[in-house]
Amino acid sequence: MSAAIPLHAQLINLFAAVILLLAFAMLAQRRVLQLINLFALQGLTLFLSTLVMAVKIDQMHLYYSAALTLTLKAVLLPWILHRLVRKLHVKNEVEPLINIPTTMLIGLGLVVIAFNVALPISQLSSTIARGTLGIALATVMLAFLMMITRRKAITQVVGFLAMENGLFLAATSATYGMPMVVELGIALDVLVGVIILGVFFFQIRDQFDSLDIHHMEKLKEH
Amino acid sequence: MISLTGLLGQLFAIALALMLAPLLTGWVNQCRAWLQNRSAPPLLQPYYMLHKLFHKDVVLAEGASSLFRAAPFIVFGCMVLACAIIPSLSTDLPFAPAADALALVGVFGLARIFIALAAMDIGTAFGSLGGRREMLVGFLAEPALLMVIFTMAMIAQSTSLATIVETLAHREMIIYPSIAFAGIAFTFVSFAENARVPVDNPATHLELTMIHEAMILEYSGRHLALIEWAASLKLYAYSCLGLALFFPWGIAERDNFLAMSAALPLLFVKLTIGGMLLALLETINAKVRIFRVPEFLGTAFLLAVLGLLVRLLLETRV
Repeated sequence: MSAAIPLHAQLINLFAAVILLLAFAMLAQRRVLQLINLFALQGLTLFLSTLVMAVKIDQMHLYYSAALTLTLKAVLLPWILHRLVRKLHVKNEVEPLINIPTTMLIGLGLVVIAFNVALPISQLSSTIARGTLGIALATVMLAFLMMITRRKAITQVVGFLAMENGLFLAATSATYGMPMVVELGIALDVLVGVIILGVFFFQIRDQFDSLDIHHMEKLKEH
Repeated sequence: MISLTGLLGQLFAIALALMLAPLLTGWVNQCRAWLQNRSAPPLLQPYYMLHKLFHKDVVLAEGASSLFRAAPFIVFGCMVLACAIIPSLSTDLPFAPAADALALVGVFGLARIFIALAAMDIGTAFGSLGGRREMLVGFLAEPALLMVIFTMAMIAQSTSLATIVETLAHREMIIYPSIAFAGIAFTFVSFAENARVPVDNPATHLELTMIHEAMILEYSGRHLALIEWAASLKLYAYSCLGLALFFPWGIAERDNFLAMSAALPLLFVKLTIGGMLLALLETINAKVRIFRVPEFLGTAFLLAVLGLLVRLLLETRV
């Protein structure tokens, strides 16, 4: 029974549940700035969960990746996104393609699928946090859903970043994190990706006077 | 077997609910007034209201059927029954085996159906409008409430409220994420069910926004008194249910008078704090449009189902 779960595993489970909750909150959020704040909060929760795991198994590289998560996902990326929103004068309204309650119900279905898919995999794993693999998968899928159902480029980027959060959670929960080189590579990739996408936003806006990516469907060569 | 102490305890719990429920309503109103910088009505205002209404004559609308006259008594009876089977002071309730948590949801549903039918019985536009809105809110809130109860029932392996409370009160201090999910969902549901601010405003008579008040516009005299009292009892029942499910510490066990007398002040403290929190949440939230209510309750349902799923995934070891 559940009475046998030690404290650190409880904490990791709690943080994983909070990450899932935040993924849903991001899906339901109508304001862009709030969305970025929620993303920062998710990064912070991810940092806490990694930190608990690092303290428990006492591996140096997990401390490094926790610190990396904190600086990159809870501070740096939200700051860049905030600046972008301010500079681009983005309207503070998210425009979903499907209405929000339907999106949430689809999200619920995705969570059920993710949990079912992850169950046999997590039984193969032997880490303390294997239960959270399902949540990590669900977070990835919810972030996917957010990318699909949003009209504006900036919310899609937040979805992309949230997906990376989910992947990171999956990696730490299944195998105690990826090798340091891989992790650094991904972190740099994400950072550079956001910076490039930021430049890209300006280009899109200059071209179409809007960040709505639907305009890009009509691109033709002249 | 029904013991004498159990029976006494049960009767005491019902009497306490009847007495305490208007006080809780008065307390919430007072806190709300303070937080909104108004001068507060007296704490005992709901009692004065009841006293006044019980002494007034009943004016019946033309064409009111016997259903209209019977509905206040049925609603009141349902709420008393609900208060009787929710463990507030002790889990030793002789009435409790009569109805588990699922039947409790049914009791609330029965009261809702009768009050909506009575509202439509008169045939005024407001009554039908209120009744329809009430059923909309009800049909969205009920599944969420059931999911919350399923989550708790899975932890306790029983749908009996007394067993759930005993199991939860005696567990070790384990952080259950699922209980947190269920708790938030339950808060949402109880706001909707008790006609509180994000969904309905208990103080308003503005025709376009009211739900609960629209249904009882035609009632007067002792009928209105019973309905108002039943509304207070519903708030009390939901508060006690929330306390029993999420803060069960201090509720007395079987045949234990000493623990019961200790449980009484504790219940008082819990209800006081709960009432303050309710008033605070009502003050910092704005009433949502009626078409946003499905979204609000959809979120509650979502959280409750997530709680259930998280329970299955994280907290059971296969």
